[in-house]
Amino acid sequence: MSTLIALASLAVLILVLEIINLRKTIVPLTLIGLLVALGFNICDFNTIDSFYNNMIVVNKTTTLFSSLFIVLTFFIVALGQSFYKEQYDKISDYTSLKIFLLIGAYCMVAFGNMVMFFLGLEILSITLYILAGSDRINIKSNEAGMKYFLMGSFASGFILFGIALIYGATASFDLDQIQLASSQLAMPKWFMVGFVMMLVGLLFKIAAFPFHFWAPDVYQGSPLLTTTTMSTLAKVAAVGGFYKLSLVFFPVMPAHFSSLIAFLIIATLIVGNVMALKQNNIKRLMAYSGISHAGFMLMAILIGKDAEPHLFYYMVAYTIAGIAAFSVILYVCQDKKEELIIHFRGFAKHKPVLAVTLSLALLSMAGIPILAGFFGKLFLFTQALNQGYYVMVVIAVITSIISIYYYLKVIITMFTYKNSDAKTTYPKNFIYSTVAIIAIVINLIIGFCPSLIIDLF
Amino acid sequence: MNCIIILLIYILGAVATLASNSKNAAKIALVTSLINAVIALVLAVDFMNGNNISFVQQWISNPNISLSFVVDGLSLTMLLLTTLLLPIIILASFNTLYSKANQLYALVLFMAFAMAGTFLAQDGLVYYIFWELALLPIFFIGLLWGSDDWKVRKRVMITFFIYTFAGSLFMLAAFAYLYTKTGSFAWTDLSQVMLSTKEANYIFLAFFLAYGIKIPVFPLHTWQANTYEKSPTIGTMLLSGIMLKMGLYSILRWQMPIAGNVSAEIINTVIVLCIIGIIYASLIALRSENIKRLLAYSSMAHVGLIAAGAYIGNTTGYQGAIIQMVAHGFVVVGLFYLADIIHNRYDSYLIKDMGGIRSQAPKFTTFFLIIMFASIGLPGTFGFIGEFTLLFALSEKELLYAVFAGTSIILGAYYMLKMFQNAVLGSPNSKVFSEVTTKEYVVLGLICVVLIGLGIYPKLLTDLFI
Repeated sequence: MSTLIALASLAVLILVLEIINLRKTIVPLTLIGLLVALGFNICDFNTIDSFYNNMIVVNKTTTLFSSLFIVLTFFIVALGQSFYKEQYDKISDYTSLKIFLLIGAYCMVAFGNMVMFFLGLEILSITLYILAGSDRINIKSNEAGMKYFLMGSFASGFILFGIALIYGATASFDLDQIQLASSQLAMPKWFMVGFVMMLVGLLFKIAAFPFHFWAPDVYQGSPLLTTTTMSTLAKVAAVGGFYKLSLVFFPVMPAHFSSLIAFLIIATLIVGNVMALKQNNIKRLMAYSGISHAGFMLMAILIGKDAEPHLFYYMVAYTIAGIAAFSVILYVCQDKKEELIIHFRGFAKHKPVLAVTLSLALLSMAGIPILAGFFGKLFLFTQALNQGYYVMVVIAVITSIISIYYYLKVIITMFTYKNSDAKTTYPKNFIYSTVAIIAIVINLIIGFCPSLIIDLF
Repeated sequence: MNCIIILLIYILGAVATLASNSKNAAKIALVTSLINAVIALVLAVDFMNGNNISFVQQWISNPNISLSFVVDGLSLTMLLLTTLLLPIIILASFNTLYSKANQLYALVLFMAFAMAGTFLAQDGLVYYIFWELALLPIFFIGLLWGSDDWKVRKRVMITFFIYTFAGSLFMLAAFAYLYTKTGSFAWTDLSQVMLSTKEANYIFLAFFLAYGIKIPVFPLHTWQANTYEKSPTIGTMLLSGIMLKMGLYSILRWQMPIAGNVSAEIINTVIVLCIIGIIYASLIALRSENIKRLLAYSSMAHVGLIAAGAYIGNTTGYQGAIIQMVAHGFVVVGLFYLADIIHNRYDSYLIKDMGGIRSQAPKFTTFFLIIMFASIGLPGTFGFIGEFTLLFALSEKELLYAVFAGTSIILGAYYMLKMFQNAVLGSPNSKVFSEVTTKEYVVLGLICVVLIGLGIYPKLLTDLFI
């Protein structure tokens, strides 16, 4: 709870700093503030507590998930210092929006009440709508913001309607009470309809089949740092919220419900990986790759409580690799209008260390040992086989094979060298390269010692 | 002395090589590999004296994974093959000047590290990690230092990567399934798992995809000839000399002990596929005009025989496979080195551009003849012992197998001698072919000593695992 208060104060503080003309201190102070919030959060590690009539629930899972969110925000804010160089007069807005986004993400995993969940979801979504359209003079960014807003509000509408139906069935917004009522009483039909409505909205938010169409367009149009935020922080926040809801609702769903989810996972994996093959824009490629990773995370959600440490491990592995990859992409595309894969040609010759960093990040997403992504996939496969989802695992394996092709495509482009590339220059950028290297080192460390994460549970 | 020291030295050597400049890189790599060759020999003596040289340490508690590197006869033989071949391969690469040599040799040592780890690891997952790690360096070696147009090379290397990666992911799924049955990845537990025939069939096929691609067994071989041709010679030697032995070793170590309960139809099909591969590859080798492709297909024919022997699953087949793996490792490295020497002099791999070497370079011709005879399996050379044992093992199972597989010797003799006739004999060419240099003399001499020495006294090697 103290985390939430600290974050809220931090967001307000940023706006105050702008008013009293201390613009230069905003980013450093925010970073320090985030570290303080992380400290508060870690202090809560072993406590189990609830606040405001069970609106906010704090326990081990919440603390871990929200710590991950804070760390991701830390990286994203740090990247922002350099990314918003040209519109530095708006840095307070951008930074505080990101903190608000973090608050939304926090609420989405720490809720004890459906109202709180919806509140968190909306805080997260609205800040993202703004950030997606934040590049005002760019028509693509306008389009992305508009598209995301229209479709996103539809999804929110579905979720809200679903919550209302569930309230109608159980007479409560409280998660514990809903669980109690649904497991002991016979539920009317609209209880299930309600959850399926919520499912639609949630699948939209994590960009899973069949509600994934917005992702490539919005990712492509948004400013690059917003794309980074969407594909890392926003995605895992939505997955975290989904996971918490699934623990309550999945057990009381009809028998064939798990087959439906399994089908969605398979379709998500296939669509994401196959569509990524032909992309020539790195943002679209990452969007489709993100869709396929949503499929993997859904797999953990389907398995349920047993897979909790593994879901968390997968989230960490995926997002940390994502931060590393996007930092390098930011570095390469600093003064480019579009983020085409062809821009990466010859990058290895100019900046070998960063090229290797991006290669490792992509290989981690592909699941090559000894990087963290490998263990993420391995744990999920083992758990899924344990539960008897053989077909799903075989298809996940096959799509992983497909995925290696488009990751390799980017890697090989970096190592391709033509004489005309000698003239290309890449402006030096200390922040991007530092964040990239720190992120990939974290990825390697948790790859070497997965126990660091798994044993937390 | 502990076996893990070899892995540490390889990785340290790789870092040192990367940090050095291009001039000294090859020398540092050579010294590293020589140190490890000596250590491996010391380890072998240690092992024969009955000392414990294994390393076991818990790594991850959930899932239960331990860093266990256990030495027994099989893994020690493979370790010796790796460590002894590596200095020869590095020495053989001195003929060519590579750009950015420090990166190349660092990758080579890293690959040796991964391959040695694959042979030593006795925990399924650690084994898998090393297996995959070996793929990355060879991919980059082929991609960045290979020959031919970038576009062609890129396509070839991507095909190679995806092929092998695809196979190994199925192996990973098999290990994950086995873990759900036993709760452990350790070889000692996995080899005792009781599988129903149906389960064993699926596990067997998942493993077969991984190993069949790596070896390669017909019809999973389509990546091989192109990759061998486009890779630089050092890459081809690593691939054919050591890396494909990973697949053969894994049949003996993992596939047969774990999924030995597989149904007879599947195992017979697999053996028949191996034999088809032998004949098929021999016939293509007959028609090949490029010496590197010819050697690639001849290599495929030979490993097809080894794989067939390994899949028989009896003691003779087991021993024959190990003997022939070692023999094939030395022979194939020797042959590719000979091809590389010719390429250095003539700047071509096409057989029709060669000829008349005998009169200009008698020493070279002698070496060529010895290694070629070892490849054909002439009695007195090491190649004979392995090939004979394998054919004998096949005849124990089914005489027809041995009859068909035996054609490999006839066809092998035919295409090798034909190649020898066209490439080395014949009227003197207008181009000059200079005699072998001292470095080349050393490399070829070492290979010939091993091939003839072990051919006459194989007990030196067979004591390790019989």
